[in-house]
Amino acid sequence: MKTIYFDNNATTKVADEVLEEIKPYFCDLYGNPSSMHTFGGQVGIKIREAREKSAALLGCDPSEIIFTGCGTESDNTAIKGTLAAHPNRRKVITTRVEHPAVLSVCRDLENQGYIVVELAVDKKGRLNLSELESHLDDNTALVTIMFANNETGTVFPVERIADMVKAKGIVFHTDAVQAVGKIPINLSKSSIDLLSLSGHKLHAPKGVGILYVRKGTRLAPFMLGGHQEGGRRAGTENVPGIIGLGKACELAMKNFDQENKKVKSLRDKLEKGILAECPDCMVNGDTESRLPNTSNISFELIEGEAILLMLDRFGICASSGSACTSGSLEPSHVLRAMGVPFTAAHGSIRFSLSRYNTEEEVDFTIEKIPPIIARLRELSPFIKK
Amino acid sequence: MWEYTDKVREHFFNPRNVGEIPDADGVGEVGSLACGDALKLMFKLDEKGRIKDVKFKTFGCASAIASSSALTEIIKGMPLEEAAKVTNKDIADYLGGLPEQKMHCSVMGREALEAAIENYKGGSKKKHELEGRVVCTCFGVTEKEIERVIHENNLDTVEQVTNYCKAGGGCGGCKGEIEKIIERIEGERAKQKAVPAPAKGQKLTNIQKIQLIQQTINEQIRPALRGDGGNIDLIDVDGNKVIVALRGMCAQCALANITMRDLVEAKIREFVSPDICVEEQKDSADEQRK
Repeated sequence: MKTIYFDNNATTKVADEVLEEIKPYFCDLYGNPSSMHTFGGQVGIKIREAREKSAALLGCDPSEIIFTGCGTESDNTAIKGTLAAHPNRRKVITTRVEHPAVLSVCRDLENQGYIVVELAVDKKGRLNLSELESHLDDNTALVTIMFANNETGTVFPVERIADMVKAKGIVFHTDAVQAVGKIPINLSKSSIDLLSLSGHKLHAPKGVGILYVRKGTRLAPFMLGGHQEGGRRAGTENVPGIIGLGKACELAMKNFDQENKKVKSLRDKLEKGILAECPDCMVNGDTESRLPNTSNISFELIEGEAILLMLDRFGICASSGSACTSGSLEPSHVLRAMGVPFTAAHGSIRFSLSRYNTEEEVDFTIEKIPPIIARLRELSPFIKK
Repeated sequence: MWEYTDKVREHFFNPRNVGEIPDADGVGEVGSLACGDALKLMFKLDEKGRIKDVKFKTFGCASAIASSSALTEIIKGMPLEEAAKVTNKDIADYLGGLPEQKMHCSVMGREALEAAIENYKGGSKKKHELEGRVVCTCFGVTEKEIERVIHENNLDTVEQVTNYCKAGGGCGGCKGEIEKIIERIEGERAKQKAVPAPAKGQKLTNIQKIQLIQQTINEQIRPALRGDGGNIDLIDVDGNKVIVALRGMCAQCALANITMRDLVEAKIREFVSPDICVEEQKDSADEQRK
């Protein structure tokens, strides 16, 4: 059975070009880039190139790129490193819809005595910027707000937020794990101080991420133990991962507009097709400001895990914000923060596409979904005939 | 991804007995949309009181649907009294097991069956009502229900209780209370498992004596101390000398000596043997009272 992969916000396929690029660095060119010999030194040159390619995609200087182990590490470093560098400021501002890599860190800080403000969102998942502004004060060390939401795809006006936060002399971090490669970002023209990204969300391998640190931003290192990354992130480099991420950034840049346009048109076709064929469903998130690849649809009065398992039988991979899929007993914190009613939150399905999806896959999925939804509704005691 | 057995998958993809019975003898509805799963179960009896027909409708995940389907297959054809004895474990076993975190689906099946039987016996069509004090307000789980899953499935952690009946899985505010219920039931279990009490006048073996002392502390002494925020542990037994340590508020209490004599020693003498002499573990007591 062919796999139809609509779960690219969870992880992505490693691009063939990326795999080709990194193959030599396991068994042939396995030197340590810190070594004095030519054998290791040549690897150091490749890492420099990867840094340059990554910087090019983000529109920043290569010296502002720190390679990390994952997006979560980048987030942890940004938040904890900023607080450590500003010991007199005890307040952090974030949102209720952040990824756990940010939210759990903030809640842990709260337990340690920091003041943490979690900004609310409206029904479409949008922030109220005047609410944010009212919380900015001299005690605030950091504002950390995601670029785009992983569950709904809602894109926050991060550039405007960064300007607002910068104007008050406060450090601004954004978790851009879902945004990089899908939304144009030019950090040289932005007020963002810190930005996290993850390799495996943009067709690089798992186990590598980036933390962008604007020149002059004070940040305490998270990992100690070596001089790598200018002493800002100790630990021997994940050489194949870093080289792969550099290549993935280069690929993302190459056909940026064209590919995102294609992905968006497939996403729109899938979404329209499902909405047209299935009664009582709705799109979650801000359709005016959304990632081109993400569609989060709630099917009322049925449960997400059951839908996923039925899709799985056709090889269709998606994910759900229902309680049952997460192993917790409550539905997605993002949908709850948006006030999505329980009738819809438990039945939410996220489709997230990539440049590797095809129109055929979209057509096949549009064909398979309506009978699944109808079947589960037959089973549901809440549907009155 | 959940590791479901083939039987769970089979009952999910091809559920048996889906639907409604218009003139059902018993109807049971449990769960809600907010909780993420709900089950409506109905049955019809034949003239001999056996379950002639049974149907269900379920909102929920694969294991909820499979558990409902399995339940209907188990009870179909059973006399009502026998069906009333079906436990959540029977449902899980029928499916070749459920992932631990999904055990609450099997409990929902048993609850719906009970509600339907109750409805049949009560004759009314009213919805199943919660019995007893609600402990978990997020999921509306009562003390009685929590006690029941602990007993029937031999649970001993809060996490397990959450997996089996959802209690504690929302805000988590009731976890302390669930822990107390577990402690209480464990105390009761220990009592049942204890070595048979010796006939009056017979000499206790060492093991019987120690168990009796522990039991007396658990049942007679600890509850009294807990009321004042204190606690007690049995440290050692040496012949007729019983060494204990007072904990919590008791450890800092100026009246600890009186507690020791009038409560701890008196009770152990009453229940175990009049020759007992109780001592407090010295170092810990001195340290804490300084």
